[in-house]
Amino acid sequence: MLAKRSRQVGAHLLAILACLISIIPFYLIVTNSLKSLSEASSMSAALPSIWHIENFVNVISAGKLGPSFLNSLFYATASTIIGTLSAAMAAFVLSRNRSRFNRFLYFFIILGIALPTNYFTLTKVMQITQLINTRTGMIILFAAGQIPFGVFLIYGFLDTVPKELDEAAIIDGCGPFQLFFNIIVPLMMPVLITDAVLSFLGVWGNFIMPLYYLNNTANWPMTLSVYDFFNMYHMNWNLFSADVLMTVLPVILVYFAAQRYILSGMTAGAVKG
Amino acid sequence: MRVRSKLNYPLYFILPALVLYLIFSIIPSLSGIFYSFTNWSSYSTKVDFVGLENFKTIFSASENYLLFIKNTFIFTIITIIAKTVIGLALALLLTEGTKRLAYFYRMLIYIPVILPAIAVGLIFKSILNPSTGLLNTSLSAVGLGVLAQKWLTNPHIALYSVIGVDTWQGVGYIMVILIAGLQSIPREYYEVADVDGAGFWAKLIHITLPMMMPTITIVTVLNLLYGLKVFDIVYALTNGGPGFATDVIYTAVFQAFSQGQWGLGTAFSSLLFVFMSVLGYFVIRLMDRGQVRD
Repeated sequence: MLAKRSRQVGAHLLAILACLISIIPFYLIVTNSLKSLSEASSMSAALPSIWHIENFVNVISAGKLGPSFLNSLFYATASTIIGTLSAAMAAFVLSRNRSRFNRFLYFFIILGIALPTNYFTLTKVMQITQLINTRTGMIILFAAGQIPFGVFLIYGFLDTVPKELDEAAIIDGCGPFQLFFNIIVPLMMPVLITDAVLSFLGVWGNFIMPLYYLNNTANWPMTLSVYDFFNMYHMNWNLFSADVLMTVLPVILVYFAAQRYILSGMTAGAVKG
Repeated sequence: MRVRSKLNYPLYFILPALVLYLIFSIIPSLSGIFYSFTNWSSYSTKVDFVGLENFKTIFSASENYLLFIKNTFIFTIITIIAKTVIGLALALLLTEGTKRLAYFYRMLIYIPVILPAIAVGLIFKSILNPSTGLLNTSLSAVGLGVLAQKWLTNPHIALYSVIGVDTWQGVGYIMVILIAGLQSIPREYYEVADVDGAGFWAKLIHITLPMMMPTITIVTVLNLLYGLKVFDIVYALTNGGPGFATDVIYTAVFQAFSQGQWGLGTAFSSLLFVFMSVLGYFVIRLMDRGQVRD
């Protein structure tokens, strides 16, 4: 009994250690963002002696974070709506009408989960479509990037929405749009939220697409700004920490608000049966 | 009345997704194969066919491209092993060891996964700073100063430091998937094993690991797909340096992009595309099996 008890205590201690290791960098960012320049110079784990809240004000004006924050919010929100909606519509038809052709299309689309991006020829596509260096271009690129995983995730969920509902709705005279938006979408809400949250987080953290396709700083999202800020102010760990904190805070908030959806989405598809 | 599929599940519902996918993923990838055989560059509007020239450059021993491929493979293989082993250990700890609070622990260990990789890279740049960073100062504080290293500037260590940071960030994701896998193993197997007096290791080797093989295959594939395409974390931590010690395929591709060597870069990208298409085929078969079983 005692051995079992001590094993349990040991297990909890190990788990707590793992948790600490996981959140220490976040803790460092929070504490150092409130320190003075000299106190933060070593980026130590000590608490600030005086809380310098003004760091955040400084960083917002020096790093032009306001526009970047709004850009990120705009890119993530708009592309998530477009990406989730188009993935859901496609997944709905592909799942309900499993003709040979549709089966092929489904596999063809989810192949995109594995495919790498060719940034050179994509540049050409962005130039031809006049989307390069534009906010619209970013949104469309991000929306397109979400499609394969979105279709995969939603397609899997649709198996749990009984087809008899469709039949009843059709007999009642629903057209495809009514059927989809009034009957199916409400039932798909859990998976739509999961897909939307994962897409939002993915776009918010994406660095490579704007790195390639945005050279105008006015259009930059937070990820590019924070990298640029680091290169300019890398001695000012306090300001840099404040900048990073503002980059990750929305992500953390979304995570705590929607972690149930995130964890279910991450395991869906990966583990079945 | 039979529900007529064509009318109620119209093909135009698929179009927005399909068009986005074709224009921004498939067309660039396929036309990339064509451009691989040209001298396409950002300096000239003329594009000439040069045969296998770009591939000869990539596979030539006097260039560094083979090193970038090697670095990518080292990164991928070690992160696959590290994330799976540590992820499984954590998953077992949280499902077997700590039933209470397990959800809370899982929530915290998952946090690094959601952080933007670029931010993680920059934070660790400070933690791994040889003189002022938290890692070396902590090592000295507990009397392990001899272990302190120039983590990101020593060419023999830098790649492994990047691997370490990436594992730190990604292990929570793998752990969560493995936990779901563990929870799907029927309890009866363990009960029978308990009656037979099997210990922890015996149960791990004879029940858990064999039953977990499908899940382990899937996390391996996910790690593989991620590892081959890794960019953000390397770019933030070392940008390929010191020298070329941590350059991977995608950092080299970005360099080719910045230097205007688009034919060469697209050839390099296309190699990865062909390799990953083949890999993708197996991934789809794997995922399809998952759904059929469901």
